Amino acid sequence: MDYSALWLSVRLAATTTLVLLAIGIPIAYWIVFSTWRGKFLVEAIVALPLVLPPTVLGFYVLLAIGPLSPVGRAYARLAGHGLPFTFEGLVIASVLYSMPFAVQPFSAEFASVDRRLLEASWSLGVSRLETFRRVVLPLSVRGLVTGIVLSFAHTLGEFGVVLMVGGNLPGVTRTVSISIYDAVQSLDYAAASRTSLLLLIASFVILASTYSLQRSVWVKPRH
Amino acid sequence: MGEASPLTAGPNRLRQGYGGPPKRSAEAEGPAFHPTESGLPSPKGPGLHVDVERRFASGFHLSAAIDVELAAGSILVLFGPSGAGKTTVLRQIAGLERPDAGAIRFDDEVWCDVARAVWRAPQERRIGLVFQEPTLFPHLTVRDNMQYGVRPGSDPVEEIAKLLGVADLGDRYPRELSGGEARRVALARALAPRPRLLLLDEPFAALDMPTRARLRRDVRGLLHRMATPAILVTHDRVEALAMGDAVVVMIGGRVRQSGSIGDVFSHPADADVAASLGVEAVVPARVLSASRGVLEVAVGAVVLQVAERDPLAPGTDVYACIRAEDVTLGTQLSTHASTRNHLAARVVSITAEGPVDRVSLDCGFALDALITHRSREELNLTPGVQVTAAIKATNVHLVPRF
Repeated sequence: MDYSALWLSVRLAATTTLVLLAIGIPIAYWIVFSTWRGKFLVEAIVALPLVLPPTVLGFYVLLAIGPLSPVGRAYARLAGHGLPFTFEGLVIASVLYSMPFAVQPFSAEFASVDRRLLEASWSLGVSRLETFRRVVLPLSVRGLVTGIVLSFAHTLGEFGVVLMVGGNLPGVTRTVSISIYDAVQSLDYAAASRTSLLLLIASFVILASTYSLQRSVWVKPRH
Repeated sequence: MGEASPLTAGPNRLRQGYGGPPKRSAEAEGPAFHPTESGLPSPKGPGLHVDVERRFASGFHLSAAIDVELAAGSILVLFGPSGAGKTTVLRQIAGLERPDAGAIRFDDEVWCDVARAVWRAPQERRIGLVFQEPTLFPHLTVRDNMQYGVRPGSDPVEEIAKLLGVADLGDRYPRELSGGEARRVALARALAPRPRLLLLDEPFAALDMPTRARLRRDVRGLLHRMATPAILVTHDRVEALAMGDAVVVMIGGRVRQSGSIGDVFSHPADADVAASLGVEAVVPARVLSASRGVLEVAVGAVVLQVAERDPLAPGTDVYACIRAEDVTLGTQLSTHASTRNHLAARVVSITAEGPVDRVSLDCGFALDALITHRSREELNLTPGVQVTAAIKATNVHLVPRF
């Protein structure tokens, strides 16, 4: 089995999930609580990766972080190397690719918090941001967990975007799904099936434990 | 007719000071509650000025103007049928909704002025808010709920929790509370930051009667003690009578009448207001004694005998409610049958109301009787004539004022 590819995928999924937690919460907050009429545009952009072919997304990300774009050139000047075909480049692409899997569960859960709880909090003199931190976030644990798990699992198995942006550099950008593809290409079905089975079991365990957790995640009454 | 006792009824007696509950004797005072000496004029409170307009997509047009002084510890009732716009006005006062036009001022602060683009967020208004549902934070214990709006280290909430009887529930979660307990915690949470104004949106509507009665009494006592004025939205006349000092009647998005509870309930401005308030005469009274199922109740100098439905201790202040249909008129004092109350009365005026006549009487307090044209002719009734008004003891309904 290609352990370095597996390890790379886990690192990529974990990093992507952390980044999504950091930027997904503010984006979801904004989507739920903004009164701007045009916010459906932002919602649509966030949801794009759900329907866009990964190769298309990967292609645009490649252009955006490559030496042809100002962003790519600025990064290259600062870091000494370009973003394409690096781990950092993969993280950027994965964050965009998995964004709906974090932001949508987050925002659905934020929106389901009883609005009167927010109004009660405001009337008690607590600011909107503090209310979000003290009421909305703790009541949205389920949605946060769902978003985290889905982002992780989704990133773990991504293929097209990674291939477009990262290529296939062992230990740097060769993720587990690309390693499976390589194994099949070289007719090494035994290696492909071992890795595939591992990925299948891992995904199933992650999802199953999330769903079971959701049933009892909330504060249980003390008796 | 009686001499001027504190409870003498009559046209002037009903005109209580705005925010002045029926005065009670010193003995009737609860021990800790009601720090304001009864009999003294209630201290001047902050003024509330509301003049707002709002058009809804449904076509409903709210246009309400309220201008009152909220005496310390007094309760202003926003009364009216469902859909009258009461809750919208309350939410605008709270800062949770904005009017399309108009202004809201409290004390010396402008909370909202659409024309001048002034807006204070709810956080800056220092109000307490209690909804119909308790809306406690489900992830916090009762103690943390009550502490929620209080800066750490200041204003311990224990005292308020004790007064509301929820001090022992601190470690529980909201889902472990009964409906009455949850309302008490919601009240404690709203009062803990010492708001300048408490807003209550039908807070007891979902509770059973005994729980509601206890809560009403405790809330009134606590507001007096904290000297916090409140606005109570309700469509329940018993609640309005039991808790209110002043009332604003809203119908169809308009304020139709406002004044002291006694004034408004005994002199509705028009037929709509009368219909929404209920058709009974409402007079302040006090329980004198109770024996064998009959209460003696003083309405000014007049003593009424009333069937005892709920036990009421002598000295309890009440509103006595009498429907005009239940008042029988005769020309002489009779002692026949089971009717227990026979009051000497003078006819003040007679107005035809379709098939019947409404006879307004002065029998020491203002009272209406509904009789047929035929009875009026047979009794030869004209203004100024002396008659006897008979009321069965079971037809007088008492609403206690705790």
